[in-house]
Amino acid sequence: MSSYSQPARRRHLGDKRLIQMFIIPTVVLLILMNVFPLIYSLYLSFTEYSAINPTPPQWVGLDNYKKVLSDNLYWHNFAVTGRYALISVSLQMIVGFGLAMLLKEKFKGSGLLTTLILVPMMLSPAVVGAFWKNIFNPSFGIFDQFLGYSDPNTAPEWLGDPDLALWAVVIVDVWMWSPFVMLLSLAGLSAIPDYLYEAAAIDRASAWFQFRRITLPQVMPLLLIAVLFRTIEAFKQFDLVMGLTGGGPSLLQGTQAVNVTETVSVKLFRLAMPPQAQTGLSSAMAYVVLVIIIAISNLYIRALNKVREG
Amino acid sequence: MSSITLQNITKRFGEKTALNDLSLTIQDQEFFVLLGPTGAGKTTTLRVIAGLEKQDTGDVLFDGTSMTGAVPAERDVAFVFQQYSLYPNMSVFDNLAFPLRSPLRKLPKGEIERRVKTAAETLRITHLLARKTAKLSGGEMQRVSIGRAIVREPRVYLMDEPLSNLDAKLREALRIELVHLQKTQGSTTVFVTHDQIEALTMAQRIAVLDEGHILQIGTPHEIYDAPATTFVATLVGTPRINLMQASRQDGRIFVKDSSVRLPPPTGIDLPADFLLGVRPEDVRPTNSGEFSGKVALTEPLGVETIVHIRSGENILTSLVPGITPISVGEEVRFDIVRERLHYFHPTGKRIVAASV
Repeated sequence: MSSYSQPARRRHLGDKRLIQMFIIPTVVLLILMNVFPLIYSLYLSFTEYSAINPTPPQWVGLDNYKKVLSDNLYWHNFAVTGRYALISVSLQMIVGFGLAMLLKEKFKGSGLLTTLILVPMMLSPAVVGAFWKNIFNPSFGIFDQFLGYSDPNTAPEWLGDPDLALWAVVIVDVWMWSPFVMLLSLAGLSAIPDYLYEAAAIDRASAWFQFRRITLPQVMPLLLIAVLFRTIEAFKQFDLVMGLTGGGPSLLQGTQAVNVTETVSVKLFRLAMPPQAQTGLSSAMAYVVLVIIIAISNLYIRALNKVREG
Repeated sequence: MSSITLQNITKRFGEKTALNDLSLTIQDQEFFVLLGPTGAGKTTTLRVIAGLEKQDTGDVLFDGTSMTGAVPAERDVAFVFQQYSLYPNMSVFDNLAFPLRSPLRKLPKGEIERRVKTAAETLRITHLLARKTAKLSGGEMQRVSIGRAIVREPRVYLMDEPLSNLDAKLREALRIELVHLQKTQGSTTVFVTHDQIEALTMAQRIAVLDEGHILQIGTPHEIYDAPATTFVATLVGTPRINLMQASRQDGRIFVKDSSVRLPPPTGIDLPADFLLGVRPEDVRPTNSGEFSGKVALTEPLGVETIVHIRSGENILTSLVPGITPISVGEEVRFDIVRERLHYFHPTGKRIVAASV
C-alpha cells in the first residue's frame, strides 16, 4: 500500500459518520443504564412485585404510594433524613464558611493548611465510617477522651445512644464535608475585588457593614451552590450511616420500634434488597425521594437566580 | 477643604521603588493633576494620600497635621476609583447614601435623602436612583461613583483616572462637569490621569511624574510652554513636539541632517551639542518661508491639519489651521517661530536662560 492512500481512505469517514460513531455508544449506554431502569422502575412502583420471586408484577395502582406516604414507619425515615439534612448542612455551611473567612488572608503555610483541611473530603465514606466507628468507641475511642471522659462506663456511647446516634453521623458528615463548603467559599471570597473593600474603608463602613453588604452578597451564589450540593447529598445519605450505625440503634416509638439513624436511602436499601426484596414498594419510595430532591433543587435554583440578578 | 503636603515620600513594593523621595504641596481648593505614563507612581501617590497604601518613609500632612498614623476613614477623603467600585446588589440610591449611613456619621434620614437628591441632580442621574448598579452603562456607573464622592463634604477628592474607561464623548462631557463641580464646591481635588489633554484642560496645576519622581510641577501653561525635560515636552501636546539634534557652530544653530539654520537665542548659553524642540504649531508653512522641505504626509483633522514636512533627514510636523491645500509630495516653504524654541541638554534637561 502506498503511503498516500491512507488519508484518502480516512476521507470516507464523513463528519456526520464520525459524530454518530461517538454519540451512538453513549446514547445506547444511557438508554440501557439510565432511561430504561428509570421508566421500568416507575412502572414497577405501581405494581406488587419482588425481584427474587418468579411471580410477574401485579398492577396495584397507587397502593404503594399510599403506603409510603401514610404509614408512620416510612414517615419516620423521611423525618430522620430531613432532620439530618437540615442540621448537617447548616453546620457544614457555618464551619466551612468560617474556615474560609479565616483562610482568606494568605499567611505563611496557609496553602499547606488548606490542603490538609481538604483531606477528609478525599477519603472514601466507607473508610471514614470504619475509623470513626473506632473513634466514637466509648472504651478506647479518642472522641470521648478528647471531650474529657476518662471512665468508659460513664462516657457517652455516641453510636449506641438513641439520643446521640444521629448527632454522631452529623459530626462525621460535617468533619468530612465542611472543607467542600470552605473550598467553594474561598473561591467566592477571592473573587471579590479589593477595591470594593477599599471604597468601603474610605466610606467609613463598619466591619459588619462590609461583611453584610459586600462579602455576603458576593459569595452568596457560591454558598447557595454549596447548600444545593450538600442537601442533595444529605438526602441520599447512605454510606456513612451504613459504616457507622447501620441505621440503629432502635427506639420504641409508641408501639413501634424505629431505627433512629435509618435514613430514607438506608430504608430503601433494606426494602429493595433480599431478604425483603419488595421491589414495587421500594420503587415507589425511591420515586417519592426523587420528587422531593427535584423540588428542593428547584427551590434552590430559583433562589440562586434571584441572587444572581441582584 | 484642606491643603495636602507630601514630604519626602518613598514607597517600595518589594524590589520596585514606586515613589522615590516625592515631595509636593497641593493648595486648598486647588484642582491638582498628577500626569504621567503607566507605572509612573500616580496612583500610588493618590493611595498614599488616601491611606490605602502606607509609605515607607516620609510624611503626609493635611492642613499641616500629620496623617501618617490615620486610617482611610479618619482622613475623611473621597476616592473615585478607575473601576467604578460600586457596591453590587444595591440600588443607585443606596450606593449614593452608603457613605452617609456610616455609623461614624449619624446623619438623619431626611438629610441623607436631601444630599443624595442634590448629588443626583448635579450629575444628572436622578432617573437612575431606583435602578440596580449592575444594569447601568459605564458612563452612568462612573457618574454614580463620582456622586458617591460628592454626597459627602470630604477634606479632599481623590480621583484615579475616573474617565479613562469611558468613550471619548462622555469623557469630554464629564471633564467639563468635574471642573464645574470643583469650581462651585471650591474643593481640593487631586486628579490622576495619563491623558495630557485631561491634564491641560482641567488642572490649575500639574505635577508630571515618571518612575516615582516628580519631573515638573506647574500650571498647564508653564508645563506646555517651558517643559523641564524632553520627557515632559513629548508627554504634553499633540501632535508631539519636534525634537532635533542640533549644534552651535560659528554663532549659528545647525540642525543635524537638515538645511535649517537658526540664529542663536539671546541670554541662553548653549552647549556645542544640544536638542532643539519646536512645537508643531510653531512650524508655519508660508510662501515666503525661510526653509523648504517636501510634504511627506498630511493628516486633515477638520479643525486643523497635521503636515509632515521632510527637511533633510528630519521630518518636522506642522500644525496648520483648517483643511489646507498643501498636498503630499509638494515642496513647501516654512518658517519657525524663533521666540518659542525649546533647548535641551543631550541628557534631556531644559536649558534655561542664565538669570542676569
